[in-house]
Amino acid sequence: MTALGDLFRWLTDPTNWQGSHGIPVRVFEHIELSGISVLIALVIAMPIALYLGHTGRGGFIAINVANVGRALPSLALLAFGLVIAIALGLGLGFWPTVFALVPLAIPPIVTNAYVAIREVDRDVVEAARGMGLSETGILRSIEVPLGLPVILSGVRTAAVNVVATATLGALVAGGALGRFIVDGLALQEYDQLMGGALLVALLAIATEVSFAALERATVPPGMVAIR
Amino acid sequence: MKRGRMLTAALVAVAIVASACGGAGSGGTATKPDVIVGSTNFYEQITLGELYSQILEANGYKVTRKFNLGNREIVEPAIESGQIDIDAEYLATLLAFVDKDGKIAKPTTDPKETQTGLQKALDAKSLTVLDPAAATDQNGFVVTQAIASSKSLKKLSDLASIGNTLVLGGPPECPTRPFCALGLKNTYGITFKDFKPLDAGGPLTVAALEGKQIDVGLLFTSDPSIVAKNFVLLDDDKHLQLADNIAPVVRNALLQKDDGTLKRLLNSISAKLTQAELNDMNKQVAVDKADSKVVAAAWLKKQGLIK
Repeated sequence: MTALGDLFRWLTDPTNWQGSHGIPVRVFEHIELSGISVLIALVIAMPIALYLGHTGRGGFIAINVANVGRALPSLALLAFGLVIAIALGLGLGFWPTVFALVPLAIPPIVTNAYVAIREVDRDVVEAARGMGLSETGILRSIEVPLGLPVILSGVRTAAVNVVATATLGALVAGGALGRFIVDGLALQEYDQLMGGALLVALLAIATEVSFAALERATVPPGMVAIR
Repeated sequence: MKRGRMLTAALVAVAIVASACGGAGSGGTATKPDVIVGSTNFYEQITLGELYSQILEANGYKVTRKFNLGNREIVEPAIESGQIDIDAEYLATLLAFVDKDGKIAKPTTDPKETQTGLQKALDAKSLTVLDPAAATDQNGFVVTQAIASSKSLKKLSDLASIGNTLVLGGPPECPTRPFCALGLKNTYGITFKDFKPLDAGGPLTVAALEGKQIDVGLLFTSDPSIVAKNFVLLDDDKHLQLADNIAPVVRNALLQKDDGTLKRLLNSISAKLTQAELNDMNKQVAVDKADSKVVAAAWLKKQGLIK
């Protein structure tokens, strides 16, 4: 009970909400770090997944290669990223963490986008082709819109994973919410540690909920009735 | 079964130690007892062990090296029980280790005072601490050469007036620790513009100094990267840090068998071992990957301690 009381006091202490080490700054840093990592993963993964989904070739290999990303330990990637970032003069914290988070985000994006495109009714695609739509036109106006909810659910999984794992950044002198966890442990201030963990969990849930809402909103009008 | 085996092992160990001691007394020249030099498990300790071993060997002692034994929790009981005779220690840390509640003496920032206190605590264990060196291995604050020259920084008190323009980096607990940022504030009146949580004198701090993400970093005073990266170690001119000067610790039993030569030889090393000399040897071993045997021999020759 005292632990809960300490946690509540920490969360409501106005000094923890101010300055460059305050909760709002750390939340912003966390969103920035996670957002950029997911964006980079999207830029890498999406073109490949869409191309493979559209042509229907090499999907098995793509998904399996992407799945290797799931097996790589983020902590090892973080250490590796730190060495690379120092060598390139990118500094500590932000970029080493991005390096660790991007491989974590790629597999769900690739898998879902590939499956989303493959699952679009082939009759619809053939009809579009028959009406003279170009291949990119088919992808843009038929396959992507129809597959969008499934594509987005992959992005959602990736984003939630990344938000929960971005705490690692504090180990390499980064900011974000992991700071509260790492510093709380070093200082044996368990209210700070638990507060940080709680904020990360809340942010992960908020990410999940927003993406779920986005997915619902992007269901094409023609498919709503089917559901 | 297991207990039986352990008992046997213990008896064998006792027998070996006993025979070693016996051999020391009876064998060879009566005035030169055999010596076992021990060390804990990091490069600085092995170099110090080599220094002690080689100066003794050069003067006719038969030395057995038992290096890399583990941390202080292993090495201190080993010297108490006679499995080793000599090791290199750090005054304040050893005092806090052997006299945990500070009943006998508390470590201070003064080496002489801490040595006296440590000796009191070691009396009960039949151990003697010899002269401490000027070299220490304790919390130190460093800046890059560029900052040191542009702001003409040499000692910590130079930071008092400009601290509010600089960023300090150190372990996350630094702001609340008396030998870190809190002590800098209370003893020197230094308040920094910001604090960046990094690691305890590790690669992150070194990288952050080099990458100019921090201006002042906490490293250990004998850290090899101070020499390797050309950092400037700011002098602790108001004595914030406890005196962790390096000193040989010797079993009384060994000193009694000796004619005083051993004590003189080990003290002659401490007399020459400055911070710069130690850091240079640490850099050669830890950064340039030189053999500590070779590094120690070269240093002893350079100092005129062996031929």
